[in-house]
Amino acid sequence: MVNKGIKRLYTFLIFLFLYAPIIVLIVFSFNNSKSRGVWAGFTLKWYIELFQDANILKALYYTILIAVLSAIISTIIGTFAAIGISNMPGISKKIVLNLNYLPVLNPDIVTAVSLMVLFRFLKLDFGFTTMLLSHITFCVPYVILSVLPKLKQMNKHLAEAAMDLGATPFYALRKVVIPEIRPGIITGALIAFTLSVDDFVISFFNTGKGVSNLSIEIFSMTRRGINPVINALSTLMFVGLMIMLLIIYKRTEKNEIEKGEVR
Amino acid sequence: MRNRLIVLALILTMMVTVLAGCGEKKPSINVYNWGDYIDESVLEDFEKEYGIKVNYSTFATNEDLYVKLKQGGESFDVIFPSDYMIERMIREGMLAKIDMNNIPNIKNIDEDFMNLDYDPNNEYSVPYMWGTVGIVYNKTMVDDVVDSWDILWNEKYKDQIIMLNSQRDTIAVALLKLGYSLNSRNIDELEAAKQELLKQRPLVWAYQGDEVKDTMVGGEAALAVVWSGDAVAMMRENPDLDYAIPKEGTNLWFDSMVIPANAKNKEGAELFINFLCRPDIAARNADYIGYSTPIPEAVDMLPEEIRNSKVAYPSDEFLDSIKLEVFKDPMDIITEYDRIWTEVMSGQ
Amino acid sequence: MRKTAYPYVIWLGIFIVIPLLLILYFAFTTGDSQNLSAFKFSLDNFKRFFTPIYLKVLGRSVNLALISTILCLILGYPAAYIIAKEKVRKRNVMILMFVIPMWMNFLLRTYAWLTLLGRNGLINTIITKIGFQPLDLIYNDKAVLLGMVYNFLPFMVLPIYSVLVKIDKNLIEAAEDLGANKTTVFSKVIFPLSIPGIMTGITMVFIPAVSTFIISSLLGGNKYNLIGNLIEQQFRWTGDWHFGSSMSIILMIFILITMALTSKFDKDKEGGGGGLW
Repeated sequence: MVNKGIKRLYTFLIFLFLYAPIIVLIVFSFNNSKSRGVWAGFTLKWYIELFQDANILKALYYTILIAVLSAIISTIIGTFAAIGISNMPGISKKIVLNLNYLPVLNPDIVTAVSLMVLFRFLKLDFGFTTMLLSHITFCVPYVILSVLPKLKQMNKHLAEAAMDLGATPFYALRKVVIPEIRPGIITGALIAFTLSVDDFVISFFNTGKGVSNLSIEIFSMTRRGINPVINALSTLMFVGLMIMLLIIYKRTEKNEIEKGEVR
Repeated sequence: MRNRLIVLALILTMMVTVLAGCGEKKPSINVYNWGDYIDESVLEDFEKEYGIKVNYSTFATNEDLYVKLKQGGESFDVIFPSDYMIERMIREGMLAKIDMNNIPNIKNIDEDFMNLDYDPNNEYSVPYMWGTVGIVYNKTMVDDVVDSWDILWNEKYKDQIIMLNSQRDTIAVALLKLGYSLNSRNIDELEAAKQELLKQRPLVWAYQGDEVKDTMVGGEAALAVVWSGDAVAMMRENPDLDYAIPKEGTNLWFDSMVIPANAKNKEGAELFINFLCRPDIAARNADYIGYSTPIPEAVDMLPEEIRNSKVAYPSDEFLDSIKLEVFKDPMDIITEYDRIWTEVMSGQ
Repeated sequence: MRKTAYPYVIWLGIFIVIPLLLILYFAFTTGDSQNLSAFKFSLDNFKRFFTPIYLKVLGRSVNLALISTILCLILGYPAAYIIAKEKVRKRNVMILMFVIPMWMNFLLRTYAWLTLLGRNGLINTIITKIGFQPLDLIYNDKAVLLGMVYNFLPFMVLPIYSVLVKIDKNLIEAAEDLGANKTTVFSKVIFPLSIPGIMTGITMVFIPAVSTFIISSLLGGNKYNLIGNLIEQQFRWTGDWHFGSSMSIILMIFILITMALTSKFDKDKEGGGGGLW
């Protein structure tokens, strides 16, 4: 059918559009030349150079360190905040939620700049701490936004019931509430991690002392000139992502079979 | 079991953070330099010789540098401003005096580069590199003679022109084209320069910084305004390129090493500065980045083609024949420069 | 239980409310940015913005953002629709494939377009080999638009897709039983139900599009100063925090107005997939 053909073509074109730059990056990471349009033979030298580039490796280290820390810390803060917020009375709840929504709404440059002004005002030294604090600030709202719906879905009386049966509030929290909202917590943590890894603007304005993350490094490389080492880096990131996804896919498949759930 | 794993993970992460912080106990200096302005292996050698870690970061223009310093929150030990910026920083008390007794290698620097106008008694700065500003052009893409700034306003080269993404350098080109001084403090002259730049906008393909090197080497544009050292580096990679200094005159510039007043490791800073003045180190830098070193012994160590390059080391007669101006601190007129630059960049 | 929220409320106060108040303070004062005591109340910063040159920049930003949003909608809706109609297994894979590029660093992906669009880049190399004249694809507004659509398309597709997928199949069957043909089913049932998704998509594309500075800088050759670029320049190059803050406030107000307009259609404030960029 013509219709089906058009649909197929359209989908193909869209995916081509999405993946074209990635394919280019990957292919040219093996190009034995710095040139952008000419293929000069296959080589692995950019990969070798990548692992010798101290700047990039350091940036990678900081990127992951900050992402892991922000994810963990913001998940903890966010989960407890969400639990508290869901128990708040109408007006205060609305105010807190709207304030919480601000970093999500605000263009990243405004968030970045406002944090920079704050840190300057507090006379803090720009560096690892300021970058971490900024990341936590923009991650927590997303954790809250992921956990709140799950709290809404959960039966409120479960926690009460647990406490009636003699559990302390903390025990009820640990054994009843958290397992119920776990999917929301995990989603929130994942979103926080992803946002932190990919952040550029907020980190750019709020770091110092040579603490740089991958995005900042890449940005300065785009200023300096095209270096195929970037291509090698992106290829590795892509491959890493694919492997991670495959693992998750296999595990959820296993889970599905074990639990008989439909995803 | 799972809980214990989570707790373990948390503890490990906290340990890593603490250790990451502790790792800074080794003495270190924070160096803030132009992008692509040093042979990075030199930094490794310095670390090996003196056991001082170098935290190296880069900026793109003098204005960037100034704002970064003024905003505070980060202290640097060695920075590399240009002439007029040094003048301004001295005036505003942002620099510490350097104890020249700790810089014995300063004797290697040619007399001509000492006690320049911006630092008359040479108390605050040690020269690093110098050069000119000119037009790099692709001989196969430009058939006119390149001898005037006018060529950058030539309709024939629409979308083939690259201007520098740098406030003073680009405004200077317009001022020179109009026959004014590039240190003009006359608001009418500045407004006229602004009009020229706005007129030029449709012809400009891009305003670039360091990317200009790749663009010209890749043969993607015909003309670009660049600093002499970049021209040397570009011409090395693409023999179709040549460099010309327009007859209206140009900017002669000097970049020097200075120590900010709030530097935390002044000793380390002075060791670093002294290290860079060693002829072999200076030669390595000059060779790698293509810029011109003020140390004659280092020049002698350079490979022949760069030593004899008219671009990197123009003869004295040539320098005398052309109107060369060194940038001066614009002082109060700086707000007008800022405003004009913002307006040029926002133009249609 | 609500006490658990208090630490975060304090955090909000310090890291979100106070910074914004500081920005407001800077916006309504003039003086040396680094010397807090020398500030004077003034509307100069706003007056300076409301002049032709800067209003043009705002106009340009809004214009580009609008066009990118519309393009994303035109290109994205069919994509979301096609994927949503597939069987569960297949559409999960397809939507995942849509999302994967989002996880690659956005700077890298934008930057890769330079390789494709450059004068001696891949596309032109192919075109000239076939025998055509090389195209001017970079450092102009088309390149900036392309960059925006490329980066923000998934943000349009995902919300629309997630809404389309939840549409009760029974509604469609009922419509068909009542005699509606495919077009009517779409225009009377599917499309209206997908409007919340469209609204979310529009919001999630327009806001970053109007405030971006990286795409215009990387792909536009620094020729297309957008309001994001202006703000960045004031804070990074010029050091005039007052002017920069006033522009930030103006930008925020603009976005709040946009949000107010679109929230009329969007009753479900759960945030969807979050503004990943």
